[in-house]
Amino acid sequence: MTDILPSRTHFAIPRWLAKYKPKSIGSAIGTAVLFLCAWVMVFPFIWMVSSSMKPTNEVYNSHFSIIPKTFKGFENYYTVLFDQPYLSFVFNSLIVCGGILIVQLATAIPAAYALAKLKFKGSTILFGTVIASLTIPINVTSIPIYIGIVKAGLLDTYIAMMFPFFISVFAIFLFRQFFKGFPDSIIQAARLDGFTEFEIILRLILPSAVPAIAAFSVFSFVAHWNDLYWPLIVVQSQDKMTATLSMMQYQSEFDTNYGRTFASATVVTAPMVIAFLFARRLFIRGITMTGVKG
Amino acid sequence: MAHLSLKQIEKSFGDTDVLKGVSLDIEDGEFISLVGQSGCGKSTLLRIIAGLETQDAGDILIDGKPVNDTAPKHRNIAMVFQDYALYPHMTVAENIAMPLIMTRLPMHARLPLIRHLAPSHRRQKPEIDAHVASVAKQLHIDHLLTRRPAQLSGGQRQRVALGRALVRNPQIFLMDEPLSNLDAKLRVKVRREITELHASSGLTFVYVTHDQVEAMTMSDRVAMMQNGRLLQVGTPNALYADPATMDVARFIGSPEINMLDATIRDGALLFGDNRLPIDLHNTGKVHVGIRPEMLMIRNMPDLAYAEAHVNGITTRFETATVEDLGPEVLIHGRLTSQPDTDIRIRAQKSASYGTGARLAHNRHLDVIIDPSRLFLFDEGGKRLHPALEHAAIPMQLETAGAA
Amino acid sequence: MAKALSPLQRAQTRLAYILIAPATALIVLIYIIPIILVFLASLTDYTLVSDYFEFVGLANYQKMIGDAVFANALSNTFIYAAMFLPASFLISLVLAIAIQDRKQFRSLLEVLFFLPVTATLSAMALVWGALLDSRQGVINSIIQSLGFAPVNFLGSENIVLFSLTLISAWSVIGFNMVLFLAGLTAIPKNLYEAAAIDGADHPLDKFFRVTWPMLGPTAMFVAVTSSITAFKLFDTVAILTHGGPGRASEVFLYLAFLEGFEYFNMGYSAALSLVFLLIVFAFALAQTLFVDRKVQY
Repeated sequence: MTDILPSRTHFAIPRWLAKYKPKSIGSAIGTAVLFLCAWVMVFPFIWMVSSSMKPTNEVYNSHFSIIPKTFKGFENYYTVLFDQPYLSFVFNSLIVCGGILIVQLATAIPAAYALAKLKFKGSTILFGTVIASLTIPINVTSIPIYIGIVKAGLLDTYIAMMFPFFISVFAIFLFRQFFKGFPDSIIQAARLDGFTEFEIILRLILPSAVPAIAAFSVFSFVAHWNDLYWPLIVVQSQDKMTATLSMMQYQSEFDTNYGRTFASATVVTAPMVIAFLFARRLFIRGITMTGVKG
Repeated sequence: MAHLSLKQIEKSFGDTDVLKGVSLDIEDGEFISLVGQSGCGKSTLLRIIAGLETQDAGDILIDGKPVNDTAPKHRNIAMVFQDYALYPHMTVAENIAMPLIMTRLPMHARLPLIRHLAPSHRRQKPEIDAHVASVAKQLHIDHLLTRRPAQLSGGQRQRVALGRALVRNPQIFLMDEPLSNLDAKLRVKVRREITELHASSGLTFVYVTHDQVEAMTMSDRVAMMQNGRLLQVGTPNALYADPATMDVARFIGSPEINMLDATIRDGALLFGDNRLPIDLHNTGKVHVGIRPEMLMIRNMPDLAYAEAHVNGITTRFETATVEDLGPEVLIHGRLTSQPDTDIRIRAQKSASYGTGARLAHNRHLDVIIDPSRLFLFDEGGKRLHPALEHAAIPMQLETAGAA
Repeated sequence: MAKALSPLQRAQTRLAYILIAPATALIVLIYIIPIILVFLASLTDYTLVSDYFEFVGLANYQKMIGDAVFANALSNTFIYAAMFLPASFLISLVLAIAIQDRKQFRSLLEVLFFLPVTATLSAMALVWGALLDSRQGVINSIIQSLGFAPVNFLGSENIVLFSLTLISAWSVIGFNMVLFLAGLTAIPKNLYEAAAIDGADHPLDKFFRVTWPMLGPTAMFVAVTSSITAFKLFDTVAILTHGGPGRASEVFLYLAFLEGFEYFNMGYSAALSLVFLLIVFAFALAQTLFVDRKVQY
């Protein structure tokens, strides 16, 4: 008879700490390496925030330290936030991003539903166009649209800032994928029950798409908050400046208050990063919804 | 020779104890089924045998050698998963060849691109291909070798899974509910094929299922589990005719066994208005089990009455519904003396059962209970054995309310 | 004519046209008409300043072929893409595989790696410009403290494209990693178990026999989107290097931008944009077609 092996001994570890016990030495090293890489990922942020609170001469000090020796944070941020109407810039960004999002959703969702669930002539052409348009960056189409806007006298208006982004082919693609997964049987049952097509869209499809809408909204908002190229072209006056655009003025070659430059960079980046930290699930879900099915 | 020995296997996941000390000896070449409800631990036990999970305590020995720390691929076992786990991106041939490639070729001969330069690859490949072809032929899937799993039917996928397992020449064959994804007709067919495979190969089979019919029809022995413990291990007939607990009796046999509440008092068993003297020192509440096929209906010429006279208790039965199953009928109803328990009776039709005949509902029947066929369980479900050894000797009877 | 449609089908078609109308109108206005105009402009010598222009046929395109500046931009873009694509693909794949197994810190690591994706690229480009500064940057400080000579990341012709790759990779690795993680999570666990029983329990075997093939569609998506992103490089060049030093970091889109908005050769810029579109489109198409068959199962 073979002896029964003794059961594995456990050292006494407080329960909450036991979660973090590594499986092996190799696993511990691997985790350490991963955190090292994460540090590299995050370091630029840390540096940025740290520099934003330093006076100019400390920013490029060869003896780098995270905590500023002379705290100039208040001055730098004060200048960035109050010497210019920063709040109005944020306001502009919000209007532009919000306006873009609303039109994007209003145009993409119906089109996506039609492409996913209805049969009509031209659906293949339309979808093909959508896919092809995914490769076209704003840089390419910017000139004609710019000229059109100038000719229409709409330069330096909110409409001008939002217009090229009103259609999001990415949204059409995303929502089409999503709607394709919606069971046809529910739609047919609704038709039998007497729902009109519009009612089906409004009362069945739309509520089910809320997670996808939320995820896309986050994605779109962030993308357009960070936009630089197009606002640079169409914004002429300060009262239409967006938050991101406002950062450019601290970037001239003659500006040597580096602390202030990075304060403005922080102020511009912060909202979306903070929003991300709160809405992580939405962000990540939005991204994976497109990618996994290919 | 592959004698498998499990000793006091314990396993927990987080706060849940899934296996609470299971010991089992499996003979070389036997077909043993692990049965039980979902969550009883049978799949976990199988995975521990395979080496996919490690037990928290206890030992596994194959041919007397402990294999607790041996990797699955070195345990000389093969496993067929419930959903077959075929590699979807590989053809049938490649699926079956996988184990051979892994064991026969060294690492450099397995890596993509580089492998074509390795001499061992060139040498072994034709042998491997031949081996795969012969296994495929055995299983009648040789015409499917170039297809991918997505293009196969459920039954075909199952054979590919079997092929992949067989090609390894394992000593122990593990199967995790392999029939659950097949339709009813196919299930019966494949059941037979598996049994034939066992007979022809002589390998040890460990078969997990929640379906008691599969377990009963295919196995040499059945091990029934519940809540991480073994309830009973024995031949199918042992579990059927001599269940160790109420749960075993309930689980085995279709339709389910009838369970009546009863009491033992003053040396007699009392249920309904029936009284049976009994030689047991227990008193108090007990459960009485009678299989549906063991209840005889008196004076019904349409239903076969196998034994001319059976000594037993006659009691009144009221029919609720009757199901016609073809060769037999299933009568649902209640004993008039115990109306709160549903009773099922399984009765064979006799030759005189006409095509127009239908047993009436709400009809009163006389039903004979043969005491030697009763199972007695204590309040906790454990089987009680009255002092009488020879079940065939009828107990002293005092009947009340005979027909 | 095709067979007559049933009333239900006709109603559906009517509904469909209503639903797609706004989106189609916008697509025409924002994509189709501009592209056509760009194409037409590429056949002219239009400059933004004067209203007078004439058609010059394919002269712009002919100029392109002989233009050394164009060839330079093309080669810069391809060199950059050749560095960016493997880096952003492989690093995020390795990270995803490494994180996948770690139950404890997975959420935290996911967040940390994804942070750069949410940041304003132009802002972070400034930060990177400071970090990579040839004299005072933190990275050079570290390099010097290790005993090596400082590297002129953004000011050296040979290194600038590499530096740009670094910054861009930094900003997309989190994104690709999240995609790979989703793909990895979708792989059924019992495939690995079957592989373990079959003898493939070495990490390399597991990767090549199960992980990599099952990641097919995800990997393809990542590859295609990364390539498109690679060719679209603009922001960091515009902010940090302005195409320099010399023309060492002048990539395709930046050249088109310069020609259009600095030199006012709108016609030529339009021609460049169109060639750009064709290259990207062809590349994406080739990738999709080539890989699609292998990847579908």
